[in-house]
Amino acid sequence: MTVLEQPGAYRPTPPPGWQPRVDAAPLLPDAEPYRLLGTAAAAGISPDLLTRLHRELVRGRRYNTQATALTRQGRLAVYPSSTGQEACQVAAGLVLEDRDWLFPSYRDTLAAVVRGLDPVDALTLLRGDWHSGYDPHTHRVAPLCTPLATQLPHAVGLAHAARLKGDDVVALALVGDGGTSEGDFHEALNFAAVWHAPVVFLVQNNGFAISVPLAKQTAAPSLAHKAVGYGMPGRLVDGNDAAAVHEVLAEAVRRARGGGGPTLVEAVTYRIEAHTNADDATRYRPDSEVEAWRAHDPIALLEEAMRDRQLLDDEGVRAARESAERLAADLRTRMHQDPVLDPMALFEHVYADRTSQLREQAAQLRAELDAEAADAGEGE
Amino acid sequence: MTTAVGAETARKPATMAQALGRALRDAMAADPSVHVLGEDVGTLGGVFRITDGLAEEFGEDRCTDTPLAEAGILGTAVGMAMYGLRPVVEMQFDAFAYPSFEQLISHVSRMRNRTRGAMPMPITVRVPYGGGIGGVEHHSDSSEIYYMATPGLQVVAPATVADAYGLLRAAIASDDPVIFLEPKRLYWSKADWSADAPEQVPPIGRAVVRGPGSGGRRSATLISYGPSVPVCLEAAEAARAEGWDLEVVDLRSLVPFDDETVCASVRRTGRAVVVHESTGFGGPGGEIAARVTERCFHHLEAPVLRVAGFDIPYPPPMLERHHLPGVDRVLDAVARLQWESEWTEGSAV
Repeated sequence: MTVLEQPGAYRPTPPPGWQPRVDAAPLLPDAEPYRLLGTAAAAGISPDLLTRLHRELVRGRRYNTQATALTRQGRLAVYPSSTGQEACQVAAGLVLEDRDWLFPSYRDTLAAVVRGLDPVDALTLLRGDWHSGYDPHTHRVAPLCTPLATQLPHAVGLAHAARLKGDDVVALALVGDGGTSEGDFHEALNFAAVWHAPVVFLVQNNGFAISVPLAKQTAAPSLAHKAVGYGMPGRLVDGNDAAAVHEVLAEAVRRARGGGGPTLVEAVTYRIEAHTNADDATRYRPDSEVEAWRAHDPIALLEEAMRDRQLLDDEGVRAARESAERLAADLRTRMHQDPVLDPMALFEHVYADRTSQLREQAAQLRAELDAEAADAGEGE
Repeated sequence: MTTAVGAETARKPATMAQALGRALRDAMAADPSVHVLGEDVGTLGGVFRITDGLAEEFGEDRCTDTPLAEAGILGTAVGMAMYGLRPVVEMQFDAFAYPSFEQLISHVSRMRNRTRGAMPMPITVRVPYGGGIGGVEHHSDSSEIYYMATPGLQVVAPATVADAYGLLRAAIASDDPVIFLEPKRLYWSKADWSADAPEQVPPIGRAVVRGPGSGGRRSATLISYGPSVPVCLEAAEAARAEGWDLEVVDLRSLVPFDDETVCASVRRTGRAVVVHESTGFGGPGGEIAARVTERCFHHLEAPVLRVAGFDIPYPPPMLERHHLPGVDRVLDAVARLQWESEWTEGSAV
């Protein structure tokens, strides 16, 4: 039964000649999240892909725990952990071609790192030494976006512009379940569908928008169902099954690149850690729920499937963990060095050319810094 | 910037609306990365017909009718700018732009700064603004203070046909985002102007003195922009009969602000009145008066006065003439500038 066939569905008297724009049925997601690992189809996944996914999952988990530790040590102002969601992050980071663009939110640092960003540069926003630590063009990763869902129209505009220029570039935009309530989510999906833009939207449904559960966020049967209203396919996938997320995203990317327009993918996953270090997750969810999701861990799922196919042994696990430890050690070492900040940089890049007002204010700060330096000199 | 060519080019009356349309057309012809997008800009040519003919001439990919969603229009423009295009966005009316404020304030204005210059936002946001056309609610707001208060945005408002063309070309050519405030009630104002030989217009950030005074004893500077400039020019003409010599400074650009031209004029005249339609409390006039006072205090013969719209939501059209600063209200303020000789304690300010 399609949405339009449901009892009580709104059916206005159609004007003469009115026809539904599309048959809604092919746009609707499957009732159950799509899974690969643990199914017969897992036998067909390329061993190379599984090995890459595994290595990045293990490194990603370690990156998350290390960054969380750095917040406790005061080295990061905040870190929104993606522990438990690494499958989504890794798949998003690996699925694109070099020329494609990734549009991450503040929780998607790991996807940016998997795509090739220097792990320290990716943390600049969260350390607080600048608002973004990298040139977005280098790896085609937009700045981590703090306001919810506002990066989604950017992805649509970029993909649209690329297509107008004749480039077969795809944009992949990441958003959380809470972000789907924002107006920009709606406007971005609507624009993407109307413009037939080569965009893929990945909703990481991790259960909570800070403390508000999905049931209080939406009355839709699933977030993927929202796709039908825009006229694009919706796909529901097990967000902890790295192979399934990768496959569904890869298919959506292929479709977009081939001129098939946008896709909305909902990955059902869970945020194991609190929203950030400033959040007390015990106030809104029981430990038993967290434990149930720990049992559905993306790394464990993948390791089990790979061991079944003799693609992974203890040695392989140890090698991945060693790589992860090297990543963490490098991160610790470099993050324990205080960043060198030039206060005069405050006046850079506000405008292409400094206004006279900013020139005056820069001179004021320069004088204050000189006076501070002179005072410090006298004190020696 | 297009420069004047051919002295024989015929100059004939043109409206500001025509000059704006011509600026868009010329900018699109000169630079294939310029794209116009907004609600109704394509087939209809815009509700004010500013974009008339652009979709026909450049195709719907260059002049695009978008879904009706201002945040989406500006948000997609951000992505287009990220990929090297120069979007020119139309917000159909001033108050219709409000849904796009998050994109404007959180992204458009900051992207250059956030990315240390790697991602400039060469976006022009055209906002038909201000009152005086009998528009119903949400069609006559003067929102400039919201834009002015946001670092990273340039804010310009033309008052003449030549400036409308020149400033819009400059805005589209600018590598920074520009809020381009189009005074709706001047859309049909005419001037002798030639699209084939547009006048040289000073760059964004420069004010101009219109109708310079001679700096006599009873002199003052009227500081204004956009739709209030013609009001000030008319007031200056009327005041001449009263023995006042008024200089009108047309700011043209609120951000960057031209302290130099404004202060040079006030130092010459010794008195200043700021005139605008938007509200007085927390409005642009307060900022301008403070800047002038800080820089010209010893030259001032009287406090800097403000003539602004009342501090009310924009009134219904049948009452707007009581709200909008007109010539008489400007002249009343000028009369109050005779601080030493004629002003007395207890007079109503």
